[in-house]
Amino acid sequence: MSDRVGTAWQPSEVQSERDEWRRRRTIRSAAIAAGSTLLLLGVVGGAVVSSPGWERVKETYFDWDKAVSSFPAVLEGLWLNIRVMALCAVLIVVLSLTIAIMRTIRGPVAFPLRLVGTAYVDIFRGLPLLLVIFLLGFGGPALSLSGLPTSALFWGCAALVLSYSAYVAEVFRAGIESVHPSQRLAGRSLGLTYGQTLRHVVLPQAWRRVIPPLMNDLVSLQKDSGLIAVLGVVDAIRAAQIETAIDFNYTPYVVAGFLFCCLTIPMARLTDRYARKKGYHGAGGHL
Amino acid sequence: MRTPVDSTPSTDLLRLDRVRKSFGDHLVLREVDLSIEPGQCVVLIGASGSGKSTLLRCVNLLEVVDDGVITFEGRDITDPRVDGDEVRSRMGMVFQAYNLFPHLDVIGNVTMALRLVHGVKADEARSRGMAMLERVGLAAKAQARPDDLSGGQQQRVAIARALVANPRLMLLDEVTSALDPELVGEVLDLLTDLKSEGVTMLLNTHEMGFARDVADQVCFLHDGRIHERGRPEQVLGDPQEERTRTFLSRIRA
Repeated sequence: MSDRVGTAWQPSEVQSERDEWRRRRTIRSAAIAAGSTLLLLGVVGGAVVSSPGWERVKETYFDWDKAVSSFPAVLEGLWLNIRVMALCAVLIVVLSLTIAIMRTIRGPVAFPLRLVGTAYVDIFRGLPLLLVIFLLGFGGPALSLSGLPTSALFWGCAALVLSYSAYVAEVFRAGIESVHPSQRLAGRSLGLTYGQTLRHVVLPQAWRRVIPPLMNDLVSLQKDSGLIAVLGVVDAIRAAQIETAIDFNYTPYVVAGFLFCCLTIPMARLTDRYARKKGYHGAGGHL
Repeated sequence: MRTPVDSTPSTDLLRLDRVRKSFGDHLVLREVDLSIEPGQCVVLIGASGSGKSTLLRCVNLLEVVDDGVITFEGRDITDPRVDGDEVRSRMGMVFQAYNLFPHLDVIGNVTMALRLVHGVKADEARSRGMAMLERVGLAAKAQARPDDLSGGQQQRVAIARALVANPRLMLLDEVTSALDPELVGEVLDLLTDLKSEGVTMLLNTHEMGFARDVADQVCFLHDGRIHERGRPEQVLGDPQEERTRTFLSRIRA
């Protein structure tokens, strides 16, 4: 422990030989991986391009001029997707955290809360998202509730929030339950109330643990925000549909897909990086 | 052996009368009587599973007793109308596995109860916390995370956390059992200092040397009952009960 890694240290012969062997093996592995990947891409690409219908598909799906002309409309639609996603994400965190806390409160007094929480999760996890969007999107405005907007956008967002909150609540619940009970005991023994212990001891620890799966759900929400297009809201997908309808060229869909990937891929990489940073190193060595 | 329940005011800080506690079919505490005067150090000894930890948890109201009365500062704290959080805020509890909060630094751990429970302002909480860390010799580690400390240091932080709000009673549950042998000494030395400063302590331990040097009273717990109690030199040096002798010979073997 007291020795620092000295600058005077020279690897022994045996170590130099090991290092050399590892270096050669790394180069060889990388070459094999790169070669086989290129080969696979080549075979698949070749099969597609040499298929009898390729010329036609290229015209309908990969028309550069059509892509350029439809781009502004699709991009404008995407801006709506981004706003929907951001707003829904905040509401989902609030609602799902509430549900998760309801489900984790112990004691017979809290039974109705647990029942409501469990029923909510069971129902909204069981219903397909598209179905919830249809039900709320067309049924919600029909209720003509005073004070609530009747716009398709509002009810589409409501459907997203209700459906996603059921999943995210389970993520939060897992996080809350993963905090060891001894942490609660320590909080309570200091005189903290149940709520204070939850707020200052349990949730901060649970929150850190669930960030990677939450980011995963956020990536998923980014693309599912496109489903509200079925209600007629002009988002990226709906905009692409409108552009397509002009001349039955499907390139705008590819443009929309490309733009969605531009949103989700950075998010996914960020998730990976965060998870790796928070991952456990050391205990497992290099294995 | 049993102390009868009497209504005359006593000088006891803590008093247990016929405390009973079971978990399901398992009866952990049968009829435990115990009393501690201010400034005293009472040490519970006994085999694993004899109910020592459960007894401390019952006193801290982390467990609800099945029967019997626990009186703290002259008040029956087993009465369900009593505010348990308020009672716990007047005691300090230290756990075998430290149970520090890993998401907070050392000073954050120590000042949490001051800020949230005792309504002390952040600045004052910090200075009181630093003074307490000074006292346990860890002021230099105030910004460290618990995971970066040794076991002995973590346990001293846990003691500082429990002690910072000036509790009337310290409950210490096997506080050296999870430590490497060479780290046990630093924690026991701290407890010896606290005793000499007049801190009232109820603790359980397997460190018989510590019990002999510091305890005012040693209680041998077996099968949910206190079988023998008295001065340490008597219980540890000249036990009267067969069970006590068997237990002591086992741990000394």
